[in-house]
Parts: sequence; C-alpha cells; structure tokens
Amino acid sequence: MRYKILAEKLFNMENLVPTVFLLLSFFAWQFSGLSGTFVLNQVITRFIRDGILVLSLIIPVVAGMGLNFAIIVGAMTMQTALLFVINYQLAGLPGILLVFFLGIILAVISGFAIGHVLNRVKGKEMIVTIIIGFLANSIYQLVFLVGFGTFIPVANEEIILSRGIGVRNAVDLGMYRNTIDKFWLIKLGGIEIPLFMILVVLLFAGIISYLLHTRFGQEVKAVGSSHEKAEIAGINVNALRIKVIIISTVLAALGQLAYLQNIGMFDVYTAHMNTDIISCAALLAGGASIKSANIRHAIVGIFLFHTLFIVSPQAGQNLFHNAALGEYFRSFVAYGTIAFALIISTKYEKK
Amino acid sequence: MTHDRIRTPQIIIIIFLVILLIMAYILHMDLVVLFNESLIKLVMNGVLALALIPMLNVGAGMNFGLPVGIVGGLVGLCIAVNFRLTGFPGFFASLLFSLIICVVFGWLYGLLLNRVKGREEIAGTFIGFSIIPLMNYFWTLAPFQNRQMLYPIGGQGLRPKIGLDPYFYNVLDNFCMIKISGFEIPLGLLAFYGLLCLFLYLFFRTKVGRAIIATGENEAFSRLSGIDISKIRLIAIILSTVFAGIGICVYSQSYGFIQLYDEPLSMAFPAISAVLIGGSTGRRTWIFEAVLGTYLLQTIYLLTVPIANEILIPELTEILRTFITYSIILYALLYRDRRRIVY
Repeated sequence: MRYKILAEKLFNMENLVPTVFLLLSFFAWQFSGLSGTFVLNQVITRFIRDGILVLSLIIPVVAGMGLNFAIIVGAMTMQTALLFVINYQLAGLPGILLVFFLGIILAVISGFAIGHVLNRVKGKEMIVTIIIGFLANSIYQLVFLVGFGTFIPVANEEIILSRGIGVRNAVDLGMYRNTIDKFWLIKLGGIEIPLFMILVVLLFAGIISYLLHTRFGQEVKAVGSSHEKAEIAGINVNALRIKVIIISTVLAALGQLAYLQNIGMFDVYTAHMNTDIISCAALLAGGASIKSANIRHAIVGIFLFHTLFIVSPQAGQNLFHNAALGEYFRSFVAYGTIAFALIISTKYEKK
Repeated sequence: MTHDRIRTPQIIIIIFLVILLIMAYILHMDLVVLFNESLIKLVMNGVLALALIPMLNVGAGMNFGLPVGIVGGLVGLCIAVNFRLTGFPGFFASLLFSLIICVVFGWLYGLLLNRVKGREEIAGTFIGFSIIPLMNYFWTLAPFQNRQMLYPIGGQGLRPKIGLDPYFYNVLDNFCMIKISGFEIPLGLLAFYGLLCLFLYLFFRTKVGRAIIATGENEAFSRLSGIDISKIRLIAIILSTVFAGIGICVYSQSYGFIQLYDEPLSMAFPAISAVLIGGSTGRRTWIFEAVLGTYLLQTIYLLTVPIANEILIPELTEILRTFITYSIILYALLYRDRRRIVY
C-alpha cells in the first residue's frame, strides 16, 4: 500500500512532465556534444529573456481561465510603444521611460478589452485568446506595414522601407542593447551571471507570489475553483477576471521589453511570434497544468524547456546529420506539450 | 428554422464585396476573368469548407484540427506522384490513397477528441499544430523514389513545393470546360463538387447521419434514445478528416503544387471563416451555408489581390485576408457562446 502511494506520488502529472523533459534534455545534451558551460550560459540568457513572459501566465491559470495565449497582445503593445518612440527619435532615458509608460498604458487598455471579451465566453477562454492573438497580429501588421507613411506621419526616415510606406523588417536597438543585462555581471569560471536581471525576474516572481497571498489572490483562487461560490461570497467575478487579464497583459508587455533589450535587434514583424506558444509550453514543462500553476513551475519550466530548445538542433545534426530534424523536434515539443496538457487535464477533470 | 436570417457579419461582408466590385470596375479590371477564376476558387477551397460540416453537426465545434486531414491528403498525393501516375487515374489514385490514410488519421484524432469533450476546439488546434512537425519528419525521411519530388542536392527529403505539372495539374479544372464568349465554366469541376455536396446531403439523411445531427442538437437526449455517442462522434470526425484529405487533393490539382512542411499549418482558419460567413453559428450547419460562405470569402480574396497591387502595397492582400478570417472566427465564437447562455 505504501509503495502504491509512493508510486502515485512519483508518477503524478506534476512530476511526470518535468521528469520527461529532464530525461529528454539530458539525452539531447549528450548527443549534441555542446559543452555544459555553453548550455548553462544560454539557459541563463533565456531565463532573463523569457522569464517575465512565462510568469505573466500564472495568474490567469490560477483564476481558472486557462493558458492566456493573448499575452502576445501585451508583447505587441510594448513593441508598438517602442516603434512610436523610435519614430519620434527620443533617445536616452526620457525615451526609455516613455516606452515604458506608453507600453504599460496600451497594455492596460488592451487587457481591459480582452478581459471584457473573455467574460462573454466563460469556459472557452483559451481558443478565444488564441484567435485574439492572431487577430491582433494582423492589426499590428496593418498599422506598421500599411499605416506608417499613409496616415501616420513618419518622423524617422531610417525605419521606413524605401517605398515610403511601412516599417522595415528589422530595427536596430543598438542604443538599448544589453544595457540592463550588463549590471552586476558576475563571472564564475566560464559562466556569466547577469545578477541584476536575474534579481529583476525573481522580483517579478516575488510580486506575483505576494499578489496571490493577498486578499486579491484569495479572490482569484476562489473564482478559479468555482464562479458560483465566488459570486455567493460577494466577489464581482467579471471585474476580477478583467483585472487578472490586465495584470497578465501588463506583465507580458514588460516581459517583451526585457526580451527586446536582451536581443538588441528588433524584428518588427516576427519578434512577438510564438512568444505565447513558447511561454505556455515552458510553463507546462515545469509541471503546471491548465488548472494550476505556481512560481516553481514557471522557473523549473524555463530551465527544462529552454535546455531542450538549445540542444535539440545540434543533437539532430549529430544523430541524423540534419539540423532541421532537431528543429522539427523542438516545434513538436512546444506544440505537443500544450496538446498533451489539454488532453490530460480534461481526462482528470471527469474523474 | 433560424438559418435563413441574415446577420451583421454577412451584411458587412456583402457591403465589402460590393465596394470591392465597384473598385474593380473603376480600376478597369476584367470582371469576366475574375468571375471565371472565382468559380475555380470556389471548388478549390470549397471541399475544405465542406469538411467542417460533420464535426459542426455532431456538436464537436469548429474543426481547428483540419491539418490532420490535410497532411493525410498530402501523403496520398505524394504516393500518387511517387508512382508517376498521370491524368485522371493519377488524381483518383491520390484520392484513394488519401481516403485510406485519412480514415486512420481521423480515427486516431477522433479517439483523442473524444477524451476532451467540451474542449475540442483548443485541443484540435494544438493537435493540428503538433502533427505538422511530426509530418516534417515523414517528408524528410520517407523513402520516396521520384527524383522530381526530392531535393535536387543530396536526394533526401521531399521538396517544400512539388510541381504537379507533369502529373495531374488542372485535370479536374479543364474537364468539360465550357467556353461561351469569354466566360469559362469548369463544368467537370463544378460537377465533382456537386457530387461531394450531394454525398454529404444524402449522408445526413441516412440513419447514421440523423444520429449525428441528433447528437449535435441534444447529446443527453440522444444518449437516452440509445445512440452510442462516442461511436457517432468518431464517425463524424473520421468523415471530417476524410473530406479534408479530398479537399487538399482538389486544392493541389487546381493550384498546381503540393505544398508540404509548414504550409498546412494555418489552412484551417480560412475554411472555418468561410463556413461562418455562410451563416453557420458554430452548430448545425447546412451544406448551402458552406458553399455560399466559400464563394463570398474567396471572391473577396480574389478581388483584393489586384486592388492592393494597384495601390502599391502588395502585402495588404495577405494582411486583409488574415484580418477578415480571424475577425469572423472571433465574432462567431463570441456570438455562439452568448446564445448558449440565453437558453
């Protein structure tokens, strides 16, 4: 009997998925032939790059709204703010501050709108958020590829395509590149630890953890377990769900800012693509489900998922002499993890 | 019956179409040529739209996992091309191979979807997304022999775009083509499409078809009347997948290329929005709605290309397409669930 309980503990979903990821990444790493230092450096870079984006998914999951694929909208609002500021050529600190505040304001507005939409489709939030993401992407393209130079005045000719309409595919962020990452950079052997950015990500983790322990957090959990009970307890469910989505969108916007300043090169039309899928898959890799998620899932998930992401092309190259096979493997892992989580969680719900 | 009521999205789409037609007239485009093309586009994309009907009728929602059937059809096409089959025998052989493969794929897909009742749409989306990289392995490693399908260098792995020109390019399009003073009516193509519509129509009149509709309308009631819900859902999902396979065969013979790798990833969305434009609300759907919706959507797509080129922003076409597609799907998702709360 004791063994049975032990076995159940070991093989429940929360541990099974991270274990599979651990084994897969370990073997892929072995076959890739990449040095441990290189992989660790890369994973740390990914951690500070994608950390806040993954963290932004937690609160909607706790509120019972599933994976919020609309974080891609948050990413786009920050990019919009960035492009407008670059267009009006505001360099230096005022520029960065303006990007920051404009991005947050836009994220709050769009989060409010998404929250309203999601209140009309309770129980089907995920498919709606994914369509919202696609739709927002085409509006984004419409604004920057068609709007710039036609009805939005161009102040900075450098970012515009030669035909005079539309923003270029890539805009250099040289002036912002790695500005924050270089703070408190510690070198241990070959490993570079950007302590400041790690602390920033952990600070956001702390804020979310704190939020979930306040009265607001208790209400979110109540709504997550049952709308009716929350309603009886006097919680305004609809207003709370809107707040949850606003927080998530704002966090995603900040996450995208961290991502862009780390990359230093701004691919206007592709930088935000797949951030939603990759972030969701990373969260699930850490052992989260579409019903429960916490900080530990996010942090463990980023490390496991990105290790696999970094080593699999090289492993594909060494195993099959074809790097593309490794690429296919990692996109399969990203999509497949989410599909698996959806199939498994619905099965458990019924029991 | 509420299906003949015209609602906001249809009105917007028709107004948009009229504006485009007026613009096309002002820009001196050849409307006859556009009309001829619109008929071909209708059938080219129409079968994929038909593929959604069985799953909508059984109450499993919009089939966002359409890529599952599409890759099945692509495998069928590749096998036919591998044996260098040409003309009608080639085309029908590809249909036959697709049929067999899609039944297997649809069965597996149906088993998965039966475990996620009530969440078929999001699960289908991701099952559809994840089958694409899996099939990329197949395209790269499968032992196809025909040199014209393989990468010119290395000789391993299929090309992303396989030309159908020497095989069965446009066999159906050119079959029984009637030409009257500029108008070209692809009678054979339309007849083929008509046959598929007739098949679906007759299918929904059989016992199984009626059971599918009953299950979609009231699952609890049909369980009480002794219908095996899982089995009926499985049949509907297999039928949907098979139609998706046939759909991509028709699409490819019209388009002239087999598009592999990541190409099928987003093919489900235009088909879904076509059915929704036709008046479906994401539940019981009529064949007429799928045909009408595809015709309206494809004509709009067709008209935006030359107009966007005329005003010198070629990217506008693609952006407008995605914008129309996704806003219609979003509208339908919001509208449908609101109605469900009401009753």
